[in-house]
Amino acid sequence: MTALLDSIGYSGWVLHTLIWMPILGIGLVLWADEQRAKYVAFWWSAVVLILSLGLWWAFDPTVGGIQMESATPWIKSWGVSYALGIDGISLFMVMLTTFSASISILASFNYIQNRQRPFYALMLMLEAGVVGVFLATDLFLFYVFFELTLVPMYFIVGIWGGARRIYAAIKFFLYTALGSLLMLVGILYLVYRAKTLLGAPTFAYAELLQVPLSGTEQLWLFGAFALAFSVKIPVFPLHTWLPDAHVEAPTSGSVILAAVLLKIGTYGFLRFLLPLFPVAAQHPVVVNTMLVLAVIGIIYTACVAAVQSDAKKLVAYTSVAHMGFVVLGIFALNVNGLQGGLVVMISHGISTGALFLLLGMLSERRHTREIEEFGGIARVAPWFATAFVVTALASIGLPGTSGFVGEFLVLLGAFEDHKGLALTATLGVILSAYYMLPMVQRIFFNPLEKQENREIRDLSKREIVILAPLCALMIWIGWNPTPLLERMEPSVRAVIERVEGATIEARARVEDEVNEGQIVDDGQE
Amino acid sequence: MHTALVEGGQATVDTAAQFEPFFPGLIILLPLIGFLINGALALKHARVSAAAVRLGGELDLGEGDHRPETHTLPSYVGPGVMLAAFLIASVNFIRMLSVELHEPHVIEYWTWIATGTFTVDAAIQLDQLSILMTMIVTGVGFLIHVFSVGYMSDDGGYPRYFSYLNLFIFFMLVLVMGASYPLMFVGWEGVGLCSYLLIGFWFSDREKSDAGKKAFIVNRIGDFGFLIAMFLLFGMFGTLDFVPLFSEADNLEYGGSLVTAVTLFLFLGAAGKSAQIPLYVWLPDAMAGPTPVSALIHAATMVTAGVYLVVRSSVLYALSPIASATVAGVGVFTALFAATIALKQNDIKKVLAYSTVSQLGYMFLGVGVGAYATGIFHLITHAFFKALLFLGAGAVIHSMHRSLHRTNDHQDPQDMRNMGGLKAFMPITWGTMWVATFAIAGIWPFAGFFSKDEIIWQTAAFGGAARAPYPALYQVYWVIALGTAILTAFYMTRMMVMTFHGSNRTGVEEAKHLYEAPPVMWLPLMALAVLSVVGGWINVPEALRETFIGLGPLTSEWLHRWLEPVTEQAHHIQEFNLGEVAEQAPFGGGEVTWAVISTVLALATVLTSFHLVIRKNVRAAAEDPELSGFSKVLYHKWYVDEVYDRLIVQPLIRTSRFCWRVIDARVIDGIVNGVGWAARGVGFIVSMFQTGTVNTYALVLTIGALIILGVSVF
Repeated sequence: MTALLDSIGYSGWVLHTLIWMPILGIGLVLWADEQRAKYVAFWWSAVVLILSLGLWWAFDPTVGGIQMESATPWIKSWGVSYALGIDGISLFMVMLTTFSASISILASFNYIQNRQRPFYALMLMLEAGVVGVFLATDLFLFYVFFELTLVPMYFIVGIWGGARRIYAAIKFFLYTALGSLLMLVGILYLVYRAKTLLGAPTFAYAELLQVPLSGTEQLWLFGAFALAFSVKIPVFPLHTWLPDAHVEAPTSGSVILAAVLLKIGTYGFLRFLLPLFPVAAQHPVVVNTMLVLAVIGIIYTACVAAVQSDAKKLVAYTSVAHMGFVVLGIFALNVNGLQGGLVVMISHGISTGALFLLLGMLSERRHTREIEEFGGIARVAPWFATAFVVTALASIGLPGTSGFVGEFLVLLGAFEDHKGLALTATLGVILSAYYMLPMVQRIFFNPLEKQENREIRDLSKREIVILAPLCALMIWIGWNPTPLLERMEPSVRAVIERVEGATIEARARVEDEVNEGQIVDDGQE
Repeated sequence: MHTALVEGGQATVDTAAQFEPFFPGLIILLPLIGFLINGALALKHARVSAAAVRLGGELDLGEGDHRPETHTLPSYVGPGVMLAAFLIASVNFIRMLSVELHEPHVIEYWTWIATGTFTVDAAIQLDQLSILMTMIVTGVGFLIHVFSVGYMSDDGGYPRYFSYLNLFIFFMLVLVMGASYPLMFVGWEGVGLCSYLLIGFWFSDREKSDAGKKAFIVNRIGDFGFLIAMFLLFGMFGTLDFVPLFSEADNLEYGGSLVTAVTLFLFLGAAGKSAQIPLYVWLPDAMAGPTPVSALIHAATMVTAGVYLVVRSSVLYALSPIASATVAGVGVFTALFAATIALKQNDIKKVLAYSTVSQLGYMFLGVGVGAYATGIFHLITHAFFKALLFLGAGAVIHSMHRSLHRTNDHQDPQDMRNMGGLKAFMPITWGTMWVATFAIAGIWPFAGFFSKDEIIWQTAAFGGAARAPYPALYQVYWVIALGTAILTAFYMTRMMVMTFHGSNRTGVEEAKHLYEAPPVMWLPLMALAVLSVVGGWINVPEALRETFIGLGPLTSEWLHRWLEPVTEQAHHIQEFNLGEVAEQAPFGGGEVTWAVISTVLALATVLTSFHLVIRKNVRAAAEDPELSGFSKVLYHKWYVDEVYDRLIVQPLIRTSRFCWRVIDARVIDGIVNGVGWAARGVGFIVSMFQTGTVNTYALVLTIGALIILGVSVF
């Protein structure tokens, strides 16, 4: 396989293709007629997906740094370049994006009935933006893509969403835009520092890594970046936009949101916050704040999820809890924690994505998401129930599914230095059963009382095509996560080494400064 | 050390005659294949039956030979894979018998999880303990699969039932054969999942569905402990594989706080899975599942996993006197507590459920006093006689259900008050169940006598050891254990009398439809009855064997010696720290004396209670008056469920609602909306885009692109 890919020069063009193909697709979709737009969009995204699969083999798992790099000067006077690259952290995020884009386009075939062309165009635009976020190795380019993901998502929620779509869309937009503005300020400051040092401004990630920053600077910049990414993740207490956005978004929007948009936040921590500001990232106040917020997120949102009456809102809250595990793993600041965090990101993308798909299929059939309205559906839709139960189990981290591997590694990593917090986070294992099983029971089990429920159809062929690969992935990763883990390990190790490499003096310096009273907000409310 | 031992995927053992495993992977794989085949059939069938339900009816399965293949194939596949797995396990067992195996034989299949600092393989471990457990799981499992062919024959979910059952066996085998704690945990939660699915097998019934959910959640509380224990162990040893971990454990300090924490957290896991105080509450509810499931999962195999966990970790428990005393204490109090509840239950399965909780308590008492082999011994004999009791109860319920169904009687087929005099209709069930009752009551020479008596004796001996940690405590344990044995004899006799003896209370018409179970059901009963007699003869202590009680050449102390390689490390630690165990019980008298006393007491209790209960005028459920006083407390199970609901469940739900409605909706969103008001201008501008057409959006996008392009030109 590797030889075949080499012979077509795959590594040279694939990263560009993964961004520009969807953008080209926008034109094709708009050009196609209304009824065919969905087929064009699906097949186009399927081609992108297939192209991205080659990364699995083309990626060199022995390299810790960024590979397949390419850079073309773009805005020379600002030092901006169109620079792409991939490493073990972004690899799976890119594949997850192309995968969930195809899946969610396919899942929209029935759901989206009006204004189909712009819808599918926006989906492709979203795909391009997210892939760009994960591939950009230039901070300007990253920021452009970062903002670019906001726009299509805003319209997808705002136009094709539910009754309170305007409120949700604006809430989503304001939260994220405010956060990202602060990040922009941070980026500009970083570039300014680079300019004073190098003589010319640069946005290149590799060069910005070389800029020496004082402890105080690091803490301020960390705060600015962390706020932007914490909103995206979202970290408690910045999470309240998410349930609203999920509930109002159409299924495909929810899938993309849960599967990849949230991951931009945690990806940002791994790609930028930890390597660029290593001293701040291991400052005890920062670490403890992030860990405590992560643990609160795990426990608190699990509890809130349990009392939701709207199934989609319930799953939306569980997203916050899962992302809490990712943050916990990242700030464990060791290999197990980070790798675990990445696996949770992948696993959550698959299982929560699948849950949203399933709930979407359910509300297409019944036009409601109220859990109370259902009951006993397993009798008339047994395949549906099977898929849902498998997905729910993966979501609550049953061993033998992808969810377990990630959570286990995160907790194992966190337990090394933070026993009390890790122990509290482990309570999330109990709480996940407390929110998930009652929902499964009330929808699929119990007596089949309502006539409307009796008429619910089982999965169609198209729906099986959508769900089967997702379920297969959950179980495959559960039993054999090693191929994933070995591809991420060198990159994760590089991040850890970078953080640990920040000298002891630097750490001492920060502590001195803080003791002098310049206590810095680490970016949380 | 581990890598050196397990080079090239095969463990090398330094013995003259090497143990050569015989396709051990197949033992696990076969039930999995069974699950896949039955699962596929179940999915296929489910579509057909769903179509019928959608039309408002039920699918008519037809009779016997005319059933669709989805209902005939599982009868062969389900028990078939079990038989094959049992035979392969037997070959391995026989091979292991013929060699001296000191170190576990570890076989790696693939690297399961590997980060830079943590590695765990998908590997199985064959040793004396795991092969024994495998034999029990596949052997008893096979018999229960066969029984199920009869019991479930008229059920619409037949293939689904067998797919769950096969999947359960798969996970149970992963649990007992896994070579590391994480792999054991896969099996641990996997069996929990199957238990959940099988308790709620008839999921259209809200109560049954609730019971499944309760089992899963309560078990997860235990699993929390298991997880924490694993994290602690990883911190201590840097590995979670059994072989290197236990060999390192020798270096730990005796009575250290870390090892105490680990073992207590592990025991929390064990208490969840094995239904001990305070997490036993799910097991009685679990009786909602089909009765063979209760026999397999909630009596013979899964619920004993906690005992297996403690024995597997015996080195760690031996190092912690506090944890061991806790295990023994929780065990013996659970034994007593559950036995008191069993006294007043009227549902035949509920009696057996509390009896199981109680017997599991005995097992924990055994392993808590360092008698690890004895704990496993009781686990084995209990698997025989309790599986038999449940299957017997299943035969009774099957017959009762059919009779009530055919006469359109809506009485409860599981309520013993509605039975009585069934002996005349079901002689085989009656006879075999009496064998099991003698066994559980501890009457010589039935299986339970040897195992239970051994546990009670070991409690006394341990408490009397030269440097025993809390001698007085163990004397209390010993007295409770003796007393509970008498309660056991009583409630079991009561159950037998109410079910099989006295006058028939089913009703005249109903009685005409009562039959003995078909051969496919009573053959497993017979097999288990034989095992319930001779099962105890594999481990008769020397002291008894010197007298007639030991049955001379029929018996041996085999099991004890067989498990020696697994338990010797723990025994060394114990002997070194506690000294020799006592030869005398607290009030004097040696092992033989107390064995005689206990069996005489048990027999006397059976005889007395037989006469007491048979003379009592048992009335049918509908006419039975409400209980009062202490009986009522026992009947309502000491109101523990109600207390839990009041103290834990309701507060949790209230807190959750508070978090949502107040903190999320008022506090956080209050601030956000306040900021939103301030930023209303922005919101207003943004909302203008809403009213536009697609062209507007396209225009905006184009303008954005142009700005970027313009900047780049600049």
